[in-house]
Amino acid sequence: MYGSARYRREPIGTHPPLDSPAYASTSKRAPRCAPVRIEQSLSEITGPRPCVTVAPAEADLTRWAGDAAMGERIIVAGRVLDEDGRAIAHTLIEIWQANAAGRYRHDHDRHDAPLDPHFSGVGRTIAGANGAYRFMTIKPGAYPWGNHHNAWRPQHIHLSVFGPALATRLVTQMYFPGDPLLALDPIFNSVPDGAARARLVAAFDPELTEPGHALGYRFDIVLRGRAATPAVG
Amino acid sequence: MAPARLTPSQTVGPFFGPALVRSELEQMVDAETRGARIAITGRIFDGDGAAVPDAMVEVWQANAEGRYDHPEDRQEKLLDPHFHGFGRFGTDQHGRFRIVTIKPGAVPGPRMTLQAPHLNLSIFARGLLNRVVTRIYFPGEPLNQTDAALNAVPADRRATLIAAIDSAGASDSYRFDIFLQGDRETVFFDI
Ligand SMILES: [Fe+2]
Repeated sequence: MYGSARYRREPIGTHPPLDSPAYASTSKRAPRCAPVRIEQSLSEITGPRPCVTVAPAEADLTRWAGDAAMGERIIVAGRVLDEDGRAIAHTLIEIWQANAAGRYRHDHDRHDAPLDPHFSGVGRTIAGANGAYRFMTIKPGAYPWGNHHNAWRPQHIHLSVFGPALATRLVTQMYFPGDPLLALDPIFNSVPDGAARARLVAAFDPELTEPGHALGYRFDIVLRGRAATPAVG
Repeated sequence: MAPARLTPSQTVGPFFGPALVRSELEQMVDAETRGARIAITGRIFDGDGAAVPDAMVEVWQANAEGRYDHPEDRQEKLLDPHFHGFGRFGTDQHGRFRIVTIKPGAVPGPRMTLQAPHLNLSIFARGLLNRVVTRIYFPGEPLNQTDAALNAVPADRRATLIAAIDSAGASDSYRFDIFLQGDRETVFFDI
């Protein structure tokens, strides 16, 4: 026997269609067949809770290899919630990003911008009992990519979140308010619904901002909620 | 509690490796894990048959008894303190991944059925704006005949979900290639 949790079907228009022609790499990688819909079973309503020990310092990307990273310090904080606004406690959040110059610490990043010897661009934390999380990092730079002529990714931070079940697993990107590149970015604009797209943009938050130290951006992460009534099973 | 609206998915992009692919997350078993050791190797291919070198496979599976290490699994089967069921594997330059784990037991399915032993997979890659979800089943399992998810798949596509015994390896070695697109496109599930 298993419990009553079933997760709501995801609303149409929130997640990008896998086949999004403006993002060229989807053309050979997006499956052509529609996914086969299955009833959620124990396999989907359970899910991984990686047993990793995360040091508090992993939520601070502003120092690495013994010294301070270059660039504008920022705070990125928010809560992990479900669609009913319930806190999702103690879930692992992993982030990665380019440095202030728009360069990733990755062998395959060929962008002609300097690496920062004191910035790894990698962080993780575990949300609190109330779903709250907080990173201190550097505002990432925009960077060019080969999708089309003169293509530039808007400033963004990649995030990976587990939530309580296989059904809630989410990888996404957080953007910054007022970035003129957002209107031109095929990845951001792959989200069909404008209101859903807007939820990928963090909000500048004076409350989060630390005087004399760093601007604060609020970004809540909302994962699938449970179905109102369990499926008859 | 005010209702909240779902956060959209975005691609994992090409540069996730240092953040997500970590050796500690590749170790699914230790010397004391109960169950039959298996190795599953495979490659991920795009619609041109080219290897996908910047993908990541996440495994979620039950233990050898058929119990998930998760509070929603309230079966009275034993938990194994040496097995938690999660593993994460990056693909190499040839699109190859290698999962070393134990063969899972059968877990309950819908309407009092029993599911055939399977691994749940989430696949992330540059060019995938959302993960795709599939399952690895095992050849010759009697429960494959009645498994609800397998039976939801058109008969002529079910073979894409069943691992092959790897003749080059030991009897506990399996092969499971993933075709994101094309004539042999793997079945992906909408969960
Ligand atoms: Fe990026």
